Amino acid sequence: MHSRAARPVLAAITAGATAALGLTGCAAAPDPDTVTVLNSATDTAEHTKNQRFFDRCARLLGLRVEQLSVPADQVSSKALRMASSHSLTDILELDGSELPQFARTGGLRRLSDLGVGASGFSRSATSLGSYRGDRYGVARAANSLALYYNRDLLAKAGVTPPRTWDELRAAAKKLTGGGTYGLAFSASPDADGVYQFLPFFWSAGGDESRLDDGKGEAALGLWKQLVADRSVSKAVVNWNQQDVNDQFVAGRAAMMVNGPWQVPVLAAQKKVDWAVAKIPVPETGGKAVSPIGGTVMTVPKSDDPDREQNAAKILDCLNTPKNQLDWGQATNNVPTRTAAARTYAERNPKLAAFAELVSTARSRTARVGTRWPAVGDALSGAFQSVLTGRSSPEAALQRAQRQAAAGK
Amino acid sequence: MSNLARRPGLLRWLFVAPALVYMAAFFGYPLIRNVLMSFQHYTPTTYFTGEAPFNGLANWRAVLADPLFTDALWHTALFTAGSLLGQFTIGLALAVFFSRRFRLSGVVRAVLLLPWLVPMVVSAVVWRRILDQEHGVLNAALQALGLSDGGVPWLSSPSVALLSAVLVNIWIGVPFNMVILYGGLQEIPRELYEAAALDGASPWRAFRSVTLPLLRPVITVVLVLGFMSTVKILDLILALTAGGPADATQTLGTVTYQLSFLRLDFGQGAVVGNVLVLISAVFAVLYLRANRADFGQGK
Repeated sequence: MHSRAARPVLAAITAGATAALGLTGCAAAPDPDTVTVLNSATDTAEHTKNQRFFDRCARLLGLRVEQLSVPADQVSSKALRMASSHSLTDILELDGSELPQFARTGGLRRLSDLGVGASGFSRSATSLGSYRGDRYGVARAANSLALYYNRDLLAKAGVTPPRTWDELRAAAKKLTGGGTYGLAFSASPDADGVYQFLPFFWSAGGDESRLDDGKGEAALGLWKQLVADRSVSKAVVNWNQQDVNDQFVAGRAAMMVNGPWQVPVLAAQKKVDWAVAKIPVPETGGKAVSPIGGTVMTVPKSDDPDREQNAAKILDCLNTPKNQLDWGQATNNVPTRTAAARTYAERNPKLAAFAELVSTARSRTARVGTRWPAVGDALSGAFQSVLTGRSSPEAALQRAQRQAAAGK
Repeated sequence: MSNLARRPGLLRWLFVAPALVYMAAFFGYPLIRNVLMSFQHYTPTTYFTGEAPFNGLANWRAVLADPLFTDALWHTALFTAGSLLGQFTIGLALAVFFSRRFRLSGVVRAVLLLPWLVPMVVSAVVWRRILDQEHGVLNAALQALGLSDGGVPWLSSPSVALLSAVLVNIWIGVPFNMVILYGGLQEIPRELYEAAALDGASPWRAFRSVTLPLLRPVITVVLVLGFMSTVKILDLILALTAGGPADATQTLGTVTYQLSFLRLDFGQGAVVGNVLVLISAVFAVLYLRANRADFGQGK
């Protein structure tokens, strides 16, 4: 998910109409002992980190791994172009929310056919990599959302981390003042905003396959009230998750909704003493339902079964409990093996809230599959129109359901 | 060689051939494919199987029935008209101003070019900060001057966001207009102004009766080029508002981006793309006709 925080600028221009032209040349036949990977690790540090883990596994198996990295928002169009010229890499790392669209093409190998291990993974992680009951992708680690809070500001206001929506409203109100808002979240009209809306929507009982069943309205109502209370800035409709973190680090928000990928930035600063709590639920005793995010590694079908087998071996090795745990530590994401996640929580008490969430979190595509992009657009339209006062929660979700239904 | 020389027709075609091949490969083919694609069920599966079944008018119906398309069309029209009006008026005023020589005019002109040299995305990101409702420089300045109490919701109100996008785009486009129009002004013979002055024309009269008519071909070029680059706007909007708030800044460019590259429904994306091509084509024809008229008058 965090990789999606990058703004999808210029992708359309560069990809352009050429995507459909099949102008991409054919790649030379790769070396049989080399496994190629398409991912979004364009950042040097991230690329190196990935390579270290790939090498660790490749060395054991007598293979070599080569990464091809493109910006996160271009992975899917790059993959499609490569597919049309039959030059797709041996491993394709996609955002979990994109998996169904690729699985539906029939171009991905079922992981069970390749014998890639399936036991020990949390149900939510399995769901993140599945389409219509079949496993196509495996996530090494995953993320979710939680409530970060500024310990000094909460202590000063005599507020404890809120656990219910009522407490959240009261706390946010109390924490607001002197240029600081009680709470910040992202309500941008893109994947960031939708991801942040889901824990509220789902915890209220909302259903992404029936947006107008009335249950999700409470979540829109809460967001609207928080802004109306002036406990949340009206500008949240423009803020992506990075902006939200900037506000929190600058001390302009006492609490924020965000993911574990912000930890490096938070750990590197001294100004704000932070801690993490679970996102509040509608009522005491209610169950928090958070979204699971992150990338999954898939194996595209190849003419050469050996290449698929090599890719499968690499996947199995990357997902041993030890490698998952190390990868989780290195990326601040939570291992997807239940046991590894427990160890992770013990070693990182500060991020324990995330560890617990990730194993119960819900996948965005579990219910609506390939329709997710249309549903996500419809949801973002709903919270944007409610937050800007253009429509009531009820009318917004009814319109959203019509949009989502029309979008295929 | 001697054979070719005896057949001037063939030789002529050989010279034209490279240009024709280039046009066919890089303009004709993509254009035709884009039109075809809008009648096809073109999805990720197509890339794997090569199959894109024709689905008649289904894509067109789906796109045209979406209220977002109508909104985007309207926003694109407002955005383009507003941007061109602002860019051109300010650009022309600056060009006229700088056509009188004065100290440091060269330096100031160079500085004014900067917005044009900065990549669009960088400008958009910087403006996003400037226009932030809470902590933006612009609202801070307005409040310090007592012109606004609560701060203007530049990007966070659906009724203001499109205007803000237009203002930013004007800022970006003024240098281009200024440079081209300034060039055009240099071409106007000074004697004409002297003659106008002798006839007792006021500066305003000279501007209307000498500058504007003689600048007409350049004005046409500036407006048509400006139109073409504005109507397809995408990067600025994506970085500034991502089409929000509440779809208030969705344009044809952002809609085609969303359909093709986020929903991966390339058929529907192609529909919007074709509408954009059509709009541009209409204006290109108008431009060519206007130019022909100018040439016809021996200008």
